[in-house]
Amino acid sequence: MPTPTPCPCPCPRPRHAHAHIRIHALAQPTLRPTRGLLAPPVSVLILGQMATVILKNVDKVYGRGKEVLKGLDLEFHDREFVVLVGPSGCGKSTILRIVAGLEEATRGEVWIGERMVNDVAPKDRDIAMVFQSYALYPHMTAYDNIAFGLRIRRVPKEELDKAVREAAEMLGVEPLLEKLPKQLSGGERQRIALGRAIVRQPQVFLFDEPLSNLDAKLRTEMRAEISALHRRLQVTTIYVTHDQVEAMTMGQRIVVLREGIVQQVGEPLAIYQQPVNLFVAGFIGSPRMNFFDAQVPEGTDGQLVAAGAKFVLPEEARDLLMGYRGKRVILGLRPEHVDLSPEGEVTARANLVEQTGGDSYVYAQVEGAPLVSRAGGAVRLEIGDQVRFCLNLTQAHFFDPQTEERIRP
Amino acid sequence: MKSNKLSRVVRRILLYAVIIAITAITVYPVLVVINTSLRPSNALYTTSLSLIPENATVRAYVSILLDKPFLLWMRNSLIVAIAVTLLGVTLASTAGYAFSRFSFPGRRSGMIGLLVTQMFPATMLLLPLFVLMRGLGLVDTLMGLVVAYTATVLPFTVWTMKGYYDTIPRDLEEAAMVDGASQIGAFVRVVLPLARPALMITGLFSFMAGWSEFIVARVILSSQSLYTLPLGLEGLAGTFQTEWATYSAGSLLVSLPVVALFLILNRFLVGGLTLGGVKG
Repeated sequence: MPTPTPCPCPCPRPRHAHAHIRIHALAQPTLRPTRGLLAPPVSVLILGQMATVILKNVDKVYGRGKEVLKGLDLEFHDREFVVLVGPSGCGKSTILRIVAGLEEATRGEVWIGERMVNDVAPKDRDIAMVFQSYALYPHMTAYDNIAFGLRIRRVPKEELDKAVREAAEMLGVEPLLEKLPKQLSGGERQRIALGRAIVRQPQVFLFDEPLSNLDAKLRTEMRAEISALHRRLQVTTIYVTHDQVEAMTMGQRIVVLREGIVQQVGEPLAIYQQPVNLFVAGFIGSPRMNFFDAQVPEGTDGQLVAAGAKFVLPEEARDLLMGYRGKRVILGLRPEHVDLSPEGEVTARANLVEQTGGDSYVYAQVEGAPLVSRAGGAVRLEIGDQVRFCLNLTQAHFFDPQTEERIRP
Repeated sequence: MKSNKLSRVVRRILLYAVIIAITAITVYPVLVVINTSLRPSNALYTTSLSLIPENATVRAYVSILLDKPFLLWMRNSLIVAIAVTLLGVTLASTAGYAFSRFSFPGRRSGMIGLLVTQMFPATMLLLPLFVLMRGLGLVDTLMGLVVAYTATVLPFTVWTMKGYYDTIPRDLEEAAMVDGASQIGAFVRVVLPLARPALMITGLFSFMAGWSEFIVARVILSSQSLYTLPLGLEGLAGTFQTEWATYSAGSLLVSLPVVALFLILNRFLVGGLTLGGVKG
């Protein structure tokens, strides 16, 4: 068993004790979804809802020794919405597929609820997965697509029909039920795929980049909808994406991955505000964080040379960089902490001005490094104009150039 | 501009000329056979070119159906062809699936091996085939024919099925497996229905291989009661004289079921079934 985390309720038993979880759920009826979809037998409902997913020291090596995951330890709490995010090839989809049972872990253990599922077939893991391609069965109507899993489980006809219709109602796709996938638009297919996942009331939802084939507007809509669905169904959800906006807006916790190694796990804002290393700092946030090569001068106290200018460090940063006198550091600043200001210390020519309406992004080049500043409102600037930037060092992040780790007190 | 248009017309004319010529070459023998089958026996060697001969008669058809064991041959042929179809489709659909989806030792060499068997002329294989059949005790049995024909069509049909499965996205099976289907369940419920066009081709091909094959049947079968249609027809060509009208009528009757089968299956032979299931 994994290290038990204390349960939020006052009883002394660990959270992962299965019986306890059941009692726990009964004791807190408000946590149970109230809609008709989940009205069938209460015991089924509760058993179907509880699941912590744990990966213990999981390695995944493909055929010719290509290591995709290395010693992965992850815990997805019961009812939690966790987003796995990282650039392509970071192993996030592989994690999902290992949880689903579509791939085997080369080493390590996979737990769903209180079962070790390494040798359990996907069909017996009680999970549902939404694929990037939707993977609707082309020869079946939307109705049959949603009903597929229930039919295999030989759910009685009336019960099945009720479940399908309620899932369809929840997603607003009732008028589409008799259509074939090829007669549906991308967004509609996506909803049917969601319907197929929720109708079975699985222990765990797995989403593999479900929104990446939708256009921007629909994507924003579905983002909100999937979040709402999770709030309503309260099922452990693992959501894979390479889109850090999706990660920030949907995840209760985010796992940032790079080349099969977990970089940071935490709540979205915590990751945004306290990235543990250069990679996370650069990956989370859009436009990405500005990085400057900086020099902490020897002797002189509390100064920093960066971006062709000399700065006086705020007190906290001064303490932080005590040990780096005479050395180089990397200064990281979010675009919102680089302001346009006539008194700014850094001078550069604007090489791109993006007006989004609400905000403006001014791009420039400083000592060969790109710089972007977010300015509120519309900015009247021509490309090539001389601009002065003011760096807000109270919000600065410092990284060690060798280890690329965040410099901590 | 003008010459351009002219050349397009010329090209069109040439194209049609070629198509018409090929069609004529293809259709002519069939017409002659139809014509011959309708001739009264005293007009076999006429030089008339009319499609329906003078004094046309269906006597030859009556004669082959009633005077000869034509129905017995047909029964034998049907047994063999249907058995080959069932066995061939079953084996090809499953073997093709394995080749398409799983990696296992011998996968590549297996695929190539199947291709290589297609490179030998069938007559070269007759002797070893006979020896094999004798060893298996299948000489002079319909079962022997079924085994021989199935083995002959499998390389082609396995490749066909494998190629078609390759176009069906794996996501669909994975979705089915996550939804609660076993690997076999996903195959039966999702992959097979989508592979229907390929299954139809495989079935048609297998049926035809069993229906009208002559040489192997000649080698394996000796009892007259087991004769299939091609063997029976050959028997009509006597040493001293041949009733060409009867022979032609028989040939036409043999080809009818295949034509019918083709017409029925034709409308299933449309691809595009997988459209819309996955994006892209």
